[in-house]
Amino acid sequence: MHPAFSVIFLTTLIGVGQGIFLALFTVESYAAFGLLPVQEDSYYAIGCALSLLFLIAGLIASLFHLGRPERAWRSAAQWRTSWLSREVVALPAFMGALALYGLAHLIGFNPTLTTLPSGTPVTVTLILGTGATLLAFALFLCTGMIYACLRFIQAWHSPLTVINYVLFGGASGFTLAAAHASIAAPDLVIFLAGWALVITLLGLTGWLASRTRNTRIKPKSTLPTAIGIKHPHIAQASQGLMGGSFNTREFFHGNTQKMLQGLQGFSFVCAFVLPTVLLVIGLSSASSGWLLTAFICQYAGLLAERWLFFAQARHPQNLYYQAVA
Amino acid sequence: MQLALVIDLNVCVGCHACVINCKEWNTSGTAGPMTDLNPYGKDPTGTFFNRVQTFEVGTFPDTEVVHFPKSCLHCEEPPCVPVCPTGASYKRVEDGIVLVNYDQCIGCKYCSWACPYGAREFDETQRVMKKCTLCVDRIYDTHLTEEERRPACVRACPTGARLFGDIHDPASEVSIAIRESGGYPLMPEWGTQPANHYLPRRKTRLRIRKDELDRADNPLKIDGQLPTPDRTAPSLDDIASW
Amino acid sequence: MSAQEEIKEIKKTTCYMCACRCGIRVHLYNGEVRYIDGNPDHPLNKGVICAKGSAGIMKQYSPARLTQPLRRKTGADRGAGEFEPISWEEAFSMLSERLGKIRATDPKKFALFTGRDQMQALTGLFARQFGTPNYAAHGGLCSVNMAAGMIYTIGGSFWEFGGPDLDRAKLFVMIGTAEDHHSNPLKIALSKFKRDGGRFVSINPVRTGYSAIADEWVPIRPGTDGALLLAFIHEILAHGLYDREFLVRYTNAGQLINVDEKNDEFGMFLRTEGPEEEACYDPQDKLWWDRNTQKAIVTHTPGADPFLLGEFKLRDGTPVKPAFQLLQDRVKDYTPEWAEGVTGIPADTIRRLAYEMGVTARDQKIELPIAWTDSWGTEHNTVTGNPVAFHAMRGLAAHSNGFQSIRALAILMSILGTIDRPGGFRHKVPFPRPIPPCARPPNNPLAVQPNKPLAGIPLGWPSDPDDLFVDKDGNPVRLDKGFSWEYPLSVHGLMHNAITNAWRGDPYKIDTLMIFMANMAWNSTMNTSEVRKMLNDKDEQGEFKIPFIVVADAFQSETSAFADLVLPDTTYLERHDVMSLLDRPISEFDGPVDSVRLPVLPPTGECKPFQEVLIELGTRLKLPAFVTSDGSRKYRDYPDFIVNFETEPGSGIGFLAGWRGKGGEKFMRGEPNPNQWEMYAKNNCVFHHELPKSYQYMRNWNRGYLEWSQRSRITRYAEPILIHIYSEVLQKFRAAAQGKGFSRKPPEHLKKRIETWFDPLPFYADTLEGQISDKQKYPLAAITQRPMAMYHSWDSQNAWLRQIHAHNVLFVNTRTARLSKIEDNDWIWVESQWGRVRCIAKHSEAVEPGTVWTWNAIGKAAGAWNLTPDANESQRGFLLNHLISEELPGAISNSDPITGQAAWYDVRVRIYKAEAGEPKVTSPQFEPLKPYPGQMERKSVWNYFAGGKK
Ligand SMILES: Nc1nc2c(c(=O)[nH]1)N[C@H]1C(S)=C(S)[C@@H](COP(=O)(O)OP(=O)(O)OC[C@H]3O[C@@H](n4cnc5c(=O)[nH]c(N)nc54)[C@H](O)[C@@H]3O)O[C@H]1N2
Ligand SMILES: Nc1nc2c(c(=O)[nH]1)N[C@H]1C(S)=C(S)[C@@H](COP(=O)(O)OP(=O)(O)OC[C@H]3O[C@@H](n4cnc5c(=O)[nH]c(N)nc54)[C@H](O)[C@@H]3O)O[C@H]1N2
Ligand code: SF4
Ligand code: SF4
Ligand code: SF4
Ligand code: SF4
Ligand code: SF4
Ligand SMILES: [Mo]
Repeated sequence: MHPAFSVIFLTTLIGVGQGIFLALFTVESYAAFGLLPVQEDSYYAIGCALSLLFLIAGLIASLFHLGRPERAWRSAAQWRTSWLSREVVALPAFMGALALYGLAHLIGFNPTLTTLPSGTPVTVTLILGTGATLLAFALFLCTGMIYACLRFIQAWHSPLTVINYVLFGGASGFTLAAAHASIAAPDLVIFLAGWALVITLLGLTGWLASRTRNTRIKPKSTLPTAIGIKHPHIAQASQGLMGGSFNTREFFHGNTQKMLQGLQGFSFVCAFVLPTVLLVIGLSSASSGWLLTAFICQYAGLLAERWLFFAQARHPQNLYYQAVA
Repeated sequence: MQLALVIDLNVCVGCHACVINCKEWNTSGTAGPMTDLNPYGKDPTGTFFNRVQTFEVGTFPDTEVVHFPKSCLHCEEPPCVPVCPTGASYKRVEDGIVLVNYDQCIGCKYCSWACPYGAREFDETQRVMKKCTLCVDRIYDTHLTEEERRPACVRACPTGARLFGDIHDPASEVSIAIRESGGYPLMPEWGTQPANHYLPRRKTRLRIRKDELDRADNPLKIDGQLPTPDRTAPSLDDIASW
Repeated sequence: MSAQEEIKEIKKTTCYMCACRCGIRVHLYNGEVRYIDGNPDHPLNKGVICAKGSAGIMKQYSPARLTQPLRRKTGADRGAGEFEPISWEEAFSMLSERLGKIRATDPKKFALFTGRDQMQALTGLFARQFGTPNYAAHGGLCSVNMAAGMIYTIGGSFWEFGGPDLDRAKLFVMIGTAEDHHSNPLKIALSKFKRDGGRFVSINPVRTGYSAIADEWVPIRPGTDGALLLAFIHEILAHGLYDREFLVRYTNAGQLINVDEKNDEFGMFLRTEGPEEEACYDPQDKLWWDRNTQKAIVTHTPGADPFLLGEFKLRDGTPVKPAFQLLQDRVKDYTPEWAEGVTGIPADTIRRLAYEMGVTARDQKIELPIAWTDSWGTEHNTVTGNPVAFHAMRGLAAHSNGFQSIRALAILMSILGTIDRPGGFRHKVPFPRPIPPCARPPNNPLAVQPNKPLAGIPLGWPSDPDDLFVDKDGNPVRLDKGFSWEYPLSVHGLMHNAITNAWRGDPYKIDTLMIFMANMAWNSTMNTSEVRKMLNDKDEQGEFKIPFIVVADAFQSETSAFADLVLPDTTYLERHDVMSLLDRPISEFDGPVDSVRLPVLPPTGECKPFQEVLIELGTRLKLPAFVTSDGSRKYRDYPDFIVNFETEPGSGIGFLAGWRGKGGEKFMRGEPNPNQWEMYAKNNCVFHHELPKSYQYMRNWNRGYLEWSQRSRITRYAEPILIHIYSEVLQKFRAAAQGKGFSRKPPEHLKKRIETWFDPLPFYADTLEGQISDKQKYPLAAITQRPMAMYHSWDSQNAWLRQIHAHNVLFVNTRTARLSKIEDNDWIWVESQWGRVRCIAKHSEAVEPGTVWTWNAIGKAAGAWNLTPDANESQRGFLLNHLISEELPGAISNSDPITGQAAWYDVRVRIYKAEAGEPKVTSPQFEPLKPYPGQMERKSVWNYFAGGKK
């Protein structure tokens, strides 16, 4: 596939946004159970704003993907069948929940609604946060499923696609949350950076798993099934057009294998290895510089990873567009 | 009813008539205009609903050359439809044609990703997704004669390699062709159940038996006879007297 | 614009996106072309249409169109394309003044060459009336071998002249055909044939298009078909698979030939005594050796049956042999094993194919219950068919040994008994014609006189050396040396040598070269780069060597850039045209068909139909055919000319055969009908006369048909047209070269050439270029194919078609490429003895290993056709013609020594990888052309929607 930057930014940016929120809410939940010190409301409010910023940026990026952005509103219509439509529903829903959650913190509106048998108070923000969490995961699911549901793009058609969206979003979000905490709530740095480290390593596992899986994929569609002629030696002589077409522009990345390999190395190092190192350093030194670097590095790595996610997905239509003559 | 094209690879000579006639009909039709970019410059490219490709099968000298036209296959289980977030892509209940409503399409291209066949084309200036309409603006147009109420590509095709009809009607020309000439769908592995089918190459061979080759009534028997030799040439008569 | 205001119209006319001439319907919305589809009521295409035909809209609105008469800017180089617009009046007065002077002094100095046009009847008339012999159309560089080889053998040929009857054939063998003129009908027929279970064999070095759907592909080395065909004949004779009855009655197979080498009549038919008739037909005064009476007897004597084989002695001791025996002698050594070595086709395959032909022809006979009477009065209750059909085209024709290969093919078809029979080859009116047809070229220089029409027609059919158009020293009279000893049977001229000869002044210099619808600075020329220089070359005085060049074209072709005067033609949608029986009509097997083209749109800009230009010029020059006796204008315009012109006053024969007579009640012959155009318009633009069934077959010897044809003045004689298995016409030239007979004799240096090539029986020899090539150094043959979606160089200006073929590559057999370390898509050099081009190579399994090929005429000169200078056509596309020489050492044309057919497909090449640092563009490149005045702007984005909606 030809990687479109709009989609790369959309998915990575909202991933960060979702991740930050999840980090915030993890902190609040832990705090509610007394496992972490309670934080100022402003900490959450600013965190939410940060998260929203990423989500909005992602949303804007997504508009660049549309041929007719002015009609974007129509895209919620088919939520019954279309994961894209569902994403279009889930994203604002999450943003709304997130905004409410942030707002509640901002204005300090956080009455206790009830108390759990354990004595833990169930506050408004906890309820809102739980809802937003569910929506965040729903959003991850939708985003991932947009790709995972396409059966014949075999590289995508796997639970790993969804899992990795969650892990990569989570990792980058937690890393940024750690960086944020290093300024706003230093006592959380170890906790958040620790989690970021864990999720990053999980992400790495997911990443390696999907790499391994994808290199082993045996394409279900082959030239013989594509044109219905069984023969070990079939070569395309012409694709019926020479100056290119939508089919050659949209589904081919046009880069060399070498460049792809290079990028793969880059994403391995930047999205996982370096962040791990930087998080460890940041965690031990609680220095925001290191953590911020870790985030920037990881985000760059994830951009590359997402680019590869598209570039390395082989679309069966490409079987029909292999030669110009 | 499921309307479809059946393409006979046995007779398709790869002339591209269907490609250009499709473009010609549709660019000024309900699906048009169909943009051309750089029509007189480098890398000319445009929207086409139908393409003819060529494949070489086998190695010299046992090479088959297959011309392979491809447009939207109007799948019975079209993966391109459910993924569309706006409902712009839809499959008509009444005749199974898969269409795009250009007024609803947001140009997200998701449906094109969902089509394993590469049958959809994004129009770069109107920025919506387009594809073969099975000439829905011809086949029901009562201003046209019966003969003309067929897709443009079908009418144009000089070899008659493109059949059009209802594959759900077992008595239709297309159903008979699929049944009797081994019609097959493309990439059956995805369960998309393409309505369009392809008919394979069929070979006619001749076998000649030895006794057919050299027959008794061979004209050489007539012409091969040499004329009577010169009477004065030597013969047994000259030396023997029984 | 609302739906009510929208004006929808459907107009019928005839396509001219190629020379096939299908019937089309042009649908207009508000005056713009909405849609062009095939006319279902047209006999030729029956409603189908091809890619080119469907792209007519983009031709009509192409920015490459010329819209104003243009004059080369003073001082500008030819080829630079620097023009200023002028008015038609200026153009006409410039032309008529110049041409008037030439005509009054030496009409030869005006040369008119026309390319892929379909109005040779008019252009030929104009040239003849002007008085110049220097007229030819594309035939000589196209497929004259196919016309001549077949017509000199069976009295007809393929394409417009005849074709395979695939309706009834069981076996179809197609040789060297990619697309051909009869595009849509052939496609219709081919698929029907296959669906009916027919067996289709294609003999071609390359497998594309039609060959792709063949049941069997027989890859052959280019230029070797003669060997293959002779081996087929060898096998068919060896197994007695020939149709004896057919050969006896309908060919000269049984006719006796003098084989006494010492005799002056050696190689000639024996004839009965009797006054020789001065007429153009084959008199029936030859002899058979009768089996019953064992003596020589006049052919077709009732009750007689000739030996086809054997050697006999006449009473006077003259040794004689039937023609068929000579054929058998000839093919004796042409065994399949021998042919395998030449063609690369396994001997077993050759044998098997020969048997398939022979056995199918013999055992699957068709009997149609159609009664007919032959020329000798014998009544037949049925028409027999031997259902083996052949079709061949330039793969046979475009070689310097093509004429003899095609003779071999015609003979193969004849011994199988398939001529004008169901399931075999069928003629189309006005064929068959006498062998050779009656029209003769003028035969001496006095035919050219100031201010007089040419005495004779510029192109004709020589029957013996005395028909050559040479002076008393044997030197050519024509600029292209047509009908000279160099190319005696050059029945279509040699346009491909016109520029080189004019530039060199050999045989003489000319003044004005007028080029109509031919891209002679590009794809209809060999040695393109040099020819482009010749067009712009000046002598010591600084004058152009070719003083004045006029180009009449509809588009900014490469050639237009070399003009001093450019005349913008209309497109086919903007003009009247006729597809006339005087030229090449669109006849069907069942009878004559002619057709017209009607304008469906007004001319663009100041475009003027070239037909009108010729009539205007003819009138201004007071050419007799175009003015009344007092010298005033005779025809208002072209439509008026078509209606009222008669070949001779009162002949009743004009350009159109349909609806003649005052009220349109007559056809073929009749007085002019003022409403003729309307009647064509009402009838799908077509006149089709279906002959009675009994006149539809065996027409060479069908008394009914021949007399009908005589009555209709299609032919002068109703004599039978026997097939020339043995060609006495050729023998006459050979005899002259051997110093025998009373006719003219060739000059010394051409004697050997004539003696060798004018063999009365087909033989195989390597091509001329092959004979002088080091095949170690140049191991590959390079050829081109017609792409179905492109017509010559016309269609790169077509926004839709050029997307299919934006550039061309060189296809190389994968193994051959790997031997030269050439990978798929590598940039390579292709080099011949004459030049080299850089291009992209593509591996292919569908090409014979000793052959490389490319699509013809896709490559363009930068900026031509109003494409941007960086367009794919010029940067990645290339023209093979740069590698082909128009001359072989000794300034002899690279053409068939018999017909002058351009030997496009003889060139030998080698290939090697381009250096890593070389630019990734094709070579050679030319200074980009700029758009001319009056050309439409080229769009960079185009959303075509007819009628301006959306
Ligand atoms: N290498 C190679 N060269 C070949 C051949 C080959 O097979 N290989 N084939 C040869 C053969 S068979 C032929 S016939 C020649 C053909 O060669 P040409 O006769 O030169 O044919 P075109 O390239 O079509 O050029 C014809 C010109 O007609 C113009 N034209 C198109 N429509 C109109 C019109 O309506 N009016 C006017 N006035 N002009 C118009 C076009 O713009 C173009 O400039 O090429 C020959 N050249
Ligand atoms: N679409 C389209 N149609 C056209 C034209 C066009 O430009 N485009 N041009 C028209 C004109 S002017 C002409 S003359 C006709 C030409 O019609 P064709 O003769 O059908 O066209 P060519 O491309 O010359 O094809 C020649 C074929 O002969 C093969 N060949 C070459 N050398 C040999 C050989 O030695 N032996 C054998 N057996 N095969 C050989 C080539 O591979 C090729 O397939 O087409 C006409 N029709
Ligand atoms: S071919 Fe592609 S676009 Fe057409 S219906 Fe099937 S999936 Fe959809
Ligand atoms: S591009 Fe248009 S039709 Fe396709 S999925 Fe998006 S909205 Fe639907
Ligand atoms: S059915 Fe109509 S839209 Fe579809 S490919 Fe044919 S001509 Fe084009
Ligand atoms: S028009 Fe017919 S023969 Fe030509 S490419 Fe299309 S399907 Fe094949
Ligand atoms: S074959 Fe030639 S005449 Fe017929 S439709 Fe095509 S371009 Fe026109
Ligand atoms: Mo030609």
